[in-house]
Amino acid sequence: MEKKDIIQSFKDSLFTGLIALALFGPIVGLRTASKGEGLFITPQWGVVFLLVGLCILGRFLINLNSSRKTEITFFSKFTSKFSAITEDKAKHFAITAILFAVVFPFLPFTDRYFMDVAIMILTYIMLGWGLNIVVGLAGLLDLGYVAFYAVGAYSYALIATTFGWSFWICLPLAGLFAAFFGILLGFPVLRLRGDYLAIVTLGFGEIIRIILINWYEVTNGPDGITGIPRPSFFGLPFKRSPDEGETSFHLFFNLEYSTMHRIIFLYYLILVLALITNYFTLKIRKLPVGRAWEALREDEIACKSLGVNPTNTKLTAFAIGAMFGGFAGSFFATRQAFISPESFTFIESAIIVAIVVLGGMGSQTGVVLASIFLIGITEMFRDLEQYRMIAFGGAMVLIMVFKPKGILANRKPTILMHGDKK
Amino acid sequence: MLKISNVETFYGKIQALRGVDLDVNDGEIVSLIGSNGAGKSTLLMTISGVNKAKRGNIVFNGKNIENQAPHKIVDMGICQVPEGRRIFSRLTVEENLRLGAHANEKGKYFENDIKEVYDLFPVLSDRKTQRGGTLSGGEQQMLAIGRALMSKPKVLLLDEPSLGIAPKLVNQIFVSIKNINKEKNVTIFLVEQNAKKALELADRAYVLVNGKVTIKGPGQELLKNKDIQAAYLEGGSKN
Repeated sequence: MEKKDIIQSFKDSLFTGLIALALFGPIVGLRTASKGEGLFITPQWGVVFLLVGLCILGRFLINLNSSRKTEITFFSKFTSKFSAITEDKAKHFAITAILFAVVFPFLPFTDRYFMDVAIMILTYIMLGWGLNIVVGLAGLLDLGYVAFYAVGAYSYALIATTFGWSFWICLPLAGLFAAFFGILLGFPVLRLRGDYLAIVTLGFGEIIRIILINWYEVTNGPDGITGIPRPSFFGLPFKRSPDEGETSFHLFFNLEYSTMHRIIFLYYLILVLALITNYFTLKIRKLPVGRAWEALREDEIACKSLGVNPTNTKLTAFAIGAMFGGFAGSFFATRQAFISPESFTFIESAIIVAIVVLGGMGSQTGVVLASIFLIGITEMFRDLEQYRMIAFGGAMVLIMVFKPKGILANRKPTILMHGDKK
Repeated sequence: MLKISNVETFYGKIQALRGVDLDVNDGEIVSLIGSNGAGKSTLLMTISGVNKAKRGNIVFNGKNIENQAPHKIVDMGICQVPEGRRIFSRLTVEENLRLGAHANEKGKYFENDIKEVYDLFPVLSDRKTQRGGTLSGGEQQMLAIGRALMSKPKVLLLDEPSLGIAPKLVNQIFVSIKNINKEKNVTIFLVEQNAKKALELADRAYVLVNGKVTIKGPGQELLKNKDIQAAYLEGGSKN
């Protein structure tokens, strides 16, 4: 490496350090602590210097990496190789992943904790796939996707607790409600594009949450809804001692009672729901409406001149995306048995958008990888408590530095020539 | 077939069309020439319904269409090849063509249409799985025309098909336009800055200046018109 380059990147790193100092100085350096009466500021410059030093070092390494292709390019080489493999063998990868997901609950190292994390990752994968219809295919940046997740969860909870209907009836109803809200959001934002659309959807997400908090008579406000019925295995509940006239799952199959049964069932439930979402998206992309979404993302004026009705196209994208959000919401409600507006804050929307964007807009496999990466990493560092958000941020920075277009950025065509199919 | 009378279109407060009168008869090739900013593209967008006319009438086969939605107008048989081609660059050639037939993408009928487009522009058939953005300018123009033909239009509106294209391909595209008109019996309304080519091709032509039609007549006659020669032909495009 040339000396000039090194000096240049060194200067650049110092500048980064300066920015880091300006940020971390007040945020981390000046800690308020209450001693006796009132607040006092305790400085902690050691931590600040450590963080600034890390930033300088990190920036310097990134510079080295980008200015010369030397051994430090290892990471980006690795990732590009990885995405090349998954691009080529997408089908193999998908099948392997699905097989792994199917046997996962019976692997020897799988315990309750792993199952919970896996269910959570799958929920986000499903949400990511649902949002991918709106953001990845139709190109409408929706920052309030959590609203549909909330609508799905609340409609499921309200219908199930009020009428006592089973999961399999409430699920489609919740999906329909969410789709209806998708159309409701769709109408006012039809004329908006890009940043303006993002702002309105953001507002919509907040409106739904605030309604949930304040409409006390129906939603029970901040206290949330408790006692949401658990799903049953085709009519067989997962209970140790079933009510009179009922047979529970473990009795019917003559098994030892275990709470794991229900968790494994929930795991398969969300796996199937997620796969349905994926299958649906892959299929609809090949239909005229799916192609119209993609065309709309590319060029709205060209669409109009070709007779694509942008109103209907956008509304269907919003409605269908919202419907899958609603399904995921019902699953969330039945899994938790308790929901409150707390679960549907903006950060959830942000995470789902991050999964779609970091996965590579429109890439189905990318969503899976990004979910595992982002949710998995934040879960792994759960012991670090509040610092785990740093891990989340770090994961995002890593992806943006090494794969700025997302983990899998290429869109695969829906039509292939004979012989092109691998 | 298509009759435009006294059409005025505005962008906010700015008036782009100041009462345009123009008609296109069945089976004709009609050209509209004019300089930058004369309102040529605005007129096409107004016919397509993407921009709305504030005053005036547009009548197509006896029906007023000035207040119709763009997709309804395409359904009625008017399709536009927009300026700058506007190919869906991340979709493949065939996906682009299929989008053109958005309204009637079903059955054998459609497969036939797509074959006809490939017959007309064989190069597209070779590139059907390639992404639209990877085609050359001329190929993109062919794709844009083919895509519009997929909607089975009665009238094809072409906005500057020669823009940014190699001269050799321009000739080829103009030959194709003529073929589309003669063999497929599609009426052509062509907007061009390349006045010579446009007038040579046209049965009749109009000149648009500052949002108003100033001269009209048969294409050959306008080629000889002194004013037009001075303003649009001399020293200008030689190809």
